[in-house]
Amino acid sequence: MPVDIPAAVIGNARLTPEYNVLSLAAPGVAERAAPGQFVMVKTAPGLDPLLRRPFSIFEILRDASGAPVGISLLNKRVGVGTSLLYDARDGDRIDCLGPLGRPFAPVDPPAEAWMVAGGVGLAPFATLAQALAVRGTSMTLFYGGRGATDIFHESFFTDLGATLVLTTEDGSRGERGRVTQPLERALASRPADQPVTMFACGPTPMMRAVADVGARYARPTFVSLEPVMGCGMGGCYSCVVRVTRPGGTHLVRSCIEGPVFDAASVVWDALKGGH
Amino acid sequence: MADLSVRIGSLTLKNPVIAASGCFGYGLEYASSVNISALGGVAVKGLFLNEREGHAPPRIVETPAGMLNAIGLQGIGVHRFVKEKLPELRRLGATTIVNVCGSTIDEYCEVTRVLSDAEGVGAIELNISCPNIKEGGIQFGCSLTGTYDVVSAVRKVTTLPLVPKLTPNVTDPASFARACEDAGADAISLVNTFLAMAIDVETRKPKLTNVMGGLSGPAIRPIAVRMVWECRQAVKLPIIGMGGIANATDALEFIIAGADAVQVGTANFVYPLLWADMIDGINTYLDRHGIARVADLVGKMER
Repeated sequence: MPVDIPAAVIGNARLTPEYNVLSLAAPGVAERAAPGQFVMVKTAPGLDPLLRRPFSIFEILRDASGAPVGISLLNKRVGVGTSLLYDARDGDRIDCLGPLGRPFAPVDPPAEAWMVAGGVGLAPFATLAQALAVRGTSMTLFYGGRGATDIFHESFFTDLGATLVLTTEDGSRGERGRVTQPLERALASRPADQPVTMFACGPTPMMRAVADVGARYARPTFVSLEPVMGCGMGGCYSCVVRVTRPGGTHLVRSCIEGPVFDAASVVWDALKGGH
Repeated sequence: MADLSVRIGSLTLKNPVIAASGCFGYGLEYASSVNISALGGVAVKGLFLNEREGHAPPRIVETPAGMLNAIGLQGIGVHRFVKEKLPELRRLGATTIVNVCGSTIDEYCEVTRVLSDAEGVGAIELNISCPNIKEGGIQFGCSLTGTYDVVSAVRKVTTLPLVPKLTPNVTDPASFARACEDAGADAISLVNTFLAMAIDVETRKPKLTNVMGGLSGPAIRPIAVRMVWECRQAVKLPIIGMGGIANATDALEFIIAGADAVQVGTANFVYPLLWADMIDGINTYLDRHGIARVADLVGKMER
């Protein structure tokens, strides 16, 4: 059951001129959140912007006793709403509705979990990595960006025991090129009897490429999609994506049937819009 | 505590606040977080006889103080609705208003017949005003004879309260209200969305795949208030007003203009838990002004 909280900003770490991590006091959201779920955020009071924007829950913030007290959002400034969140100050109130959507299903050993993140697509993986660490599941984060300034928070993942594989398109950090290059090599060298499940989030072409290699190597692959979304509750039918289901393909609402989908079910040619 | 009840034909609503069709799914999507039985009514997503896929995304785009949508009436069809959704709506105690669509007069009548035979339908809202589909809908809603013909045909097949939903995309909505009254409607609802469009100047492409869509939200509210007021002068029928209502004050403005009840659409996307505050706010206003029944406020604009 989602709650709507006027969450106070309790921190705003500006990582680069584009990216920030916004911390919000939202215990009701934090205590209910599962890995990969999202919140609908009203980036400003009033009518401009009018609609909320969907954001993955990045971290669950806890107090000294471990009790959940808030959430953080990984934000990349691309438009009006994301610029407002970049500029937010401590004490600002930001309405935050959630948690929403179907979460990731973490895997157990001996299966390994390979997370594939492109830029701000890192956002849903912090909570997944924590859930995997609790289960003792071996994990690797394949993390790609355009350049070194798109890569951050990697120590959060290595501290949880994740193996890190970095790529940048300009070669300024890690391997030069796309994140799917080392991913495909790793898939090629992994014996078929050693299970691995992949989880991907990032630009649509990247997720599609991960879905393709996942299918080629017959590895279960899940993607976290983020199309244009109006309400987050299943009311408006704007965030539909085409998926294959028994009996044909259907347009389903990614807010309540996703945002996590089996990559093999997504009809990628039909996917437009979003960011 | 004022009397908030509203009569729509033979149906009594607990209060004047209804979730608008197309903005509240089939109601059940919200049942875990909203007490849907506490609403005046739940107008569910428009239904044709058969399932319908709707338009390709992107289906919405935000505009100043509003949004455009071109969903294209994606829906599960009336038979699946009656089987899969209606029993649960009934169990939860919702006052269910079913929005009925059709490509032909026969289809409107057939969908209405199916619903009239089912248990748990409170009223039929006849969708003759969706701006986003080629066939049916607006072709009836933009013609006085088309409106009269479809409303009178559906009137013959049901005793349920019949509420045609009117388009604002006409010069004189009041004449359409009169056509509905003449055809035997029990009430009217207005306004549906305003036909509109938006273009990305960098790519020169329309922002909606469907090119045109319907504008809703606070941007349209003053026009909708005017149209409700015009219809109030023209007909005696109960009027369900809508268009950018986001709080009790907005709802009261429509009631004073002449609406017996109101619907809330776009605001629910932003604040899906707004219902209790809105209903309480109307009650508080009535108490503060010493008005015993919300019905006593309808159309009481002072001049």
